[in-house]
Amino acid sequence: MAEEQIGGQQLRVVLAKLGFDGHDRGIKIVARILRDAGMEVIYLGLRQSYKNVVNAVEQEDADAVGLSMHNASHMTLAPKMVDALAEAGLEVPVIVGGIVPDEDIPPLMEKGVAAILGPGASAEEVATTVRDAVAALQ
Amino acid sequence: MADRAESSNESSEQRQAWQEAYDATPLRDGPFETMSGVPVDPVYGDAPFPGQYPYTRGLHAAGYRSRLWTMRMFAGFGTAEDTNARFKELLRAGGGGLSTAFDMPTLMGRDSDHDWALGEVGHCGVAIDTLADMEDLFADIDLGSVSTSMTINGPAAMIMAMYIAVGENTGVERSALAGTIQNDILKEYQAQKEYIFPPRPSMRLITDMMQFTSAEMPRWHPVSISGYHIREAGSTAAQELAFTLGNGFAYVEAALAAGLDIDDFAPRLSFFFNSHSDFFEEIGKFRAARRIWARWMKERYGAKSERSLKMKFHTQTAGVSLTAQQAEINIGRVAIQALAGALGGTQSLHTDAYDEAMALPTEDAARIALRTQQIVAHETGVANVADPLGGAPFVEWMTDEMERQAEDIFAHLLDIGNDSILEGAYMGIDNGYFVGEIADAAYRFEREVNEGRRIIVGVNDFTEGDSGERNLLRIGAEVEEYQLKRLNDVKQRRDADAVVAVLDRLATEAKDPEINLMPTMIEAVKTFATEGEIVAALEDVFGTYVETAIV
Repeated sequence: MAEEQIGGQQLRVVLAKLGFDGHDRGIKIVARILRDAGMEVIYLGLRQSYKNVVNAVEQEDADAVGLSMHNASHMTLAPKMVDALAEAGLEVPVIVGGIVPDEDIPPLMEKGVAAILGPGASAEEVATTVRDAVAALQ
Repeated sequence: MADRAESSNESSEQRQAWQEAYDATPLRDGPFETMSGVPVDPVYGDAPFPGQYPYTRGLHAAGYRSRLWTMRMFAGFGTAEDTNARFKELLRAGGGGLSTAFDMPTLMGRDSDHDWALGEVGHCGVAIDTLADMEDLFADIDLGSVSTSMTINGPAAMIMAMYIAVGENTGVERSALAGTIQNDILKEYQAQKEYIFPPRPSMRLITDMMQFTSAEMPRWHPVSISGYHIREAGSTAAQELAFTLGNGFAYVEAALAAGLDIDDFAPRLSFFFNSHSDFFEEIGKFRAARRIWARWMKERYGAKSERSLKMKFHTQTAGVSLTAQQAEINIGRVAIQALAGALGGTQSLHTDAYDEAMALPTEDAARIALRTQQIVAHETGVANVADPLGGAPFVEWMTDEMERQAEDIFAHLLDIGNDSILEGAYMGIDNGYFVGEIADAAYRFEREVNEGRRIIVGVNDFTEGDSGERNLLRIGAEVEEYQLKRLNDVKQRRDADAVVAVLDRLATEAKDPEINLMPTMIEAVKTFATEGEIVAALEDVFGTYVETAIV
């Protein structure tokens, strides 16, 4: 358990899908991977607004936000999520999983996305990426 | 001995019946021989033969000797004008069937100026807000001489109303319109998640459409029952088979309850399956699908017409099997999946482009995909013999096994639905049965890949050789700007009072389940009421579906 915890706390991760995109196979698998890795997962479900995610992070005192995007809308939606969290004064990393072409990674990172998980990422990579992203902000 | 003599008698009668059917079928140009010149028979093995109940071996006595499967490639992107240009190219190149993909806001029943539409307009398909866009989409195309397939579900009734209106405005009677609208709402709650209203009012829209097309549009297929998305969401092959056919039975029960005659609507139901990489499992699934449908339609639902018993299906190769890593090797996967579709006896086939794991296909990749199924059709010889694998012990066992697993699932649906598959489907949506089963299967597969027990070439083994080069199709922001301006212009020009009046009437009619909503829906689109406005008017009556998030 120890390695899933930072500062003695179990990591709490809010997972959500923004906008219209209904592809939820990936995010559900990620939810189970993170749970199996000892983290607490709050899966908000489909078609969440930025506000819903911000509220969930506040209420659940979450350590990270994971978004899953399969509709080429990552360039629009992910930076807005980062901004919405910042505006609410929440310092939590946003991790994007799904279909993100390589050349979109640098601009997304520049806009404050903490990490990107592409198709084929292993369970270990997924869990490590979340832990590292949280640790980087501590 | 007597038994055997009798069965051999029966078999020879079936053989003779098959021969008569075969002889009566016009054949395409051969030669029906191997590439080395060895002539091959049209069918091998024992009765029942292709074209004979329960159609395990195919719908037609001559298999693909009479006609190859239709190579139906799905397209749609950008503005209606962009897609219209692509349609015209396809028609010039000899295609007779148009297949339309819509963008996410359209699929969700929302207009391009909806808050969430930003970044989505024209991305995954064409953007349709009003009848004006639909007119652009089919401009200068004679709707009386093409068949159009439209992949849309939640707002299917609005889009179909627009298609009918385009026809009427260009002098084509609705009875002359030919095509298919997917309109399979049950699998949206189970897998694809593009729903708008709750299940029961959605089902009312579907029965309205079935009734309307039965009465007025003899060339139209009002529902294409789709397992494709169930599989993509992570189900097993048997779950894809069972959930899809279960949904099919649910539509049948809903239509019967609405007073329709089974032999009026059943022949116009069609199916859509996934073809994944496990070759024999897929072939078994396709063969079992035909057999189950025929038996249930005849024995449980009392269909009399042979056409009601014959399951027609479209197949698409498994998008989910495409890897971003070493994307070129997807060509190999697609070829094998296409071959399984052909050996399973599909009526039409879409082959995925190798670069589709990351974006919409580039033109080159889409061409290679089409060429791949042309190789299967014209070079491999599989189209010379109907059901060429029929009788092979493993193939027959796999067919039986798929059927057995599917029957177990039907028994569960009947159990939770008090002997009604329709009620079982509602219940399974309500209690998370479908999404839970699919998520479990997806996770099981993922774990096996992650633990290295299952090899995905290029992903968890044989990973060297990825050039990292990707040439991806991008949709520019100008599509969104254009579409927003277009929507605004249409709203300025239309008669706003007429829009309000017709939407009020639609909402009133929606409260009375005895009224068929299609006629008013057609009137509504003709006032240039937007898709989003019509949806909103109905949501006031029907409500909006929100899924319980289950991991």
